[in-house]
Amino acid sequence: MSDTASVAGRLESAPKEGRSLLLRWLPGGWGRKSVIGIPYLFLLLFFSLPFFVVLKISVSETEGVHFKDLFDFADGTLTLRLKLANYIFLGTDPIYLDTYISSIRFAAITTVICLFIGYPFAYFMSRARPTLRPVLVMLVSLPFWTSYLLRIYAWKGLLDDHGVFNNLLLWLHLIDDPIKMMYTPFSMTIGMVYTYLPFMILPLYGILVKADPSLLEAAGNLGATPWKAFWLITVPLSKAGIVAGSMLVFIPTVGEYVIPELLGGPQTLMIARVLWDEFFNNVDWPMASAVAVSMVGLILLPLVLFNHYQRDTRLR
Amino acid sequence: MIGRLGRYWLIAGYLFLYLPIVTLIVFSFNESKMASLWTGFSLRWYYAIFTDDQILSAVGISLKVAFAAASASVLLGTLAAFAMVRYRRFFGRTAFIAHINAPLVVPEVITGLSLLLFFVACEELFGGISLRGLLTVWIGHTSICTAYAAVVIQARLSAVDRSVEEAAMNLGCRPFQVFYLVTLPAISQSLASAWLLTFTISLDDVVTTQFLNAPGSTTLPVLIFSRARLGLDPTVNAVATITVLLVGIGVTIASFVLVRQERRRAQAQAAAYRDAMLAAQAQ
Repeated sequence: MSDTASVAGRLESAPKEGRSLLLRWLPGGWGRKSVIGIPYLFLLLFFSLPFFVVLKISVSETEGVHFKDLFDFADGTLTLRLKLANYIFLGTDPIYLDTYISSIRFAAITTVICLFIGYPFAYFMSRARPTLRPVLVMLVSLPFWTSYLLRIYAWKGLLDDHGVFNNLLLWLHLIDDPIKMMYTPFSMTIGMVYTYLPFMILPLYGILVKADPSLLEAAGNLGATPWKAFWLITVPLSKAGIVAGSMLVFIPTVGEYVIPELLGGPQTLMIARVLWDEFFNNVDWPMASAVAVSMVGLILLPLVLFNHYQRDTRLR
Repeated sequence: MIGRLGRYWLIAGYLFLYLPIVTLIVFSFNESKMASLWTGFSLRWYYAIFTDDQILSAVGISLKVAFAAASASVLLGTLAAFAMVRYRRFFGRTAFIAHINAPLVVPEVITGLSLLLFFVACEELFGGISLRGLLTVWIGHTSICTAYAAVVIQARLSAVDRSVEEAAMNLGCRPFQVFYLVTLPAISQSLASAWLLTFTISLDDVVTTQFLNAPGSTTLPVLIFSRARLGLDPTVNAVATITVLLVGIGVTIASFVLVRQERRRAQAQAAAYRDAMLAAQAQ
């Protein structure tokens, strides 16, 4: 009896002992403190603190080139002065509102097109010969390693008025005048789909390749057509991949700057471009800061939804 | 197994992914200044690159920054990965994880703007000295790249078998020896891929760099971006071709080395296991 108790005791204490040994890097737990502290401090200093600077500047009054302090202590009273004019302007000026809506719309359209192209793509990849699959995956991820800027620039050469596509169509006498493709919503959407398509394909492939083929077989045996089995079994089982891929496409596209700048035109309003113009062209730092703060909301909303969804599926 | 539709879909998809890169390369050998009308084969744009001081100095700066940012972010990312995987409970762990992941989702215009305004505030605080330049670009890149490095290393670290570490400790290794002899070799592959990934991210970054750089620290992407904005420029095509070539060679060599290392490690493991079995049988 006492024997079993001591064995159980030893088993329980074993992992604890292991952990305490590993923690004995340096006296007084300094190893642990620096492992956590150094990266934490770096990111606090160079990621969070700067954001609070932005938050402060977005509500600061300017005095020439200097920003006034938010807190003012005089005559025994502490006053906090927040200049909300920038935010009020953001909320009332239709241009900003239009730009937000347009950013969300372009991001949503890009996500849907990526899903439409990417889902069958990932599905067929996962059904390819097992020996072929690693090559297919590598071919999807290889463009990641080449410069993203250069790949977007490449579309300029394809879609330009004197670009490859127009020259080809002219040469084939399919058209008489070049089609205007560059600097339109079309060219920008193509650039965004092209850039973010692998972000949709890879998580979907990861889920689809693990799908159990015997489920489809069972559905077939029970009389379902392949098409019906696909909709009733494969698609619902890959929901996590659809959600993850859509997030990975939507979040970067909604705040994208380079693609709208290189491939977009006057009709393609994107919020990141507005921020850039406020900062670099209008040199209105408080306004640019207010736009930045409001952009965070644009990113947070889908993230919260995503977390909510993940918790939901875990509970189930 | 995938039918005709599947095959066509895949071929069309890969065409879509590779067509722009291929045309970029083809037109870098074009003689005409019109970057999309083929007039004849020529290497003049390559010659133009190697006589273009702007490009050459930008390449040097980019490589310097990318090397420094990748090294720093792998170091910070390793620490962060250890903190997340090995320390299940510490004050502010949720906030820590949020901090590590935030740069992955926050748009770069926000990261760049906030860092710039922060550095401007620091400059005022320190009495008007100018901070902007290589240092600020490096810090900006490092804070973005750390997130990617941490994700890559964390994935590998959480798969490391803790019992091997415990065995090493039972055999008398001191904690640092355990790290150096057991943990580090086990995660070395992920450290290498994290370094390569962050190196390419830094080498590719336009937006944050544009906010943080000063006239003396123009990186290659910033230069390319300013030229690409003005229109088509055949030197950009030539630069692109050289990068694609270098990346291709780099990825091939890296994967080759990694595969060989993996095989060697598996062989060593199998040998050790065999020896242990033989020893057990002999007893």
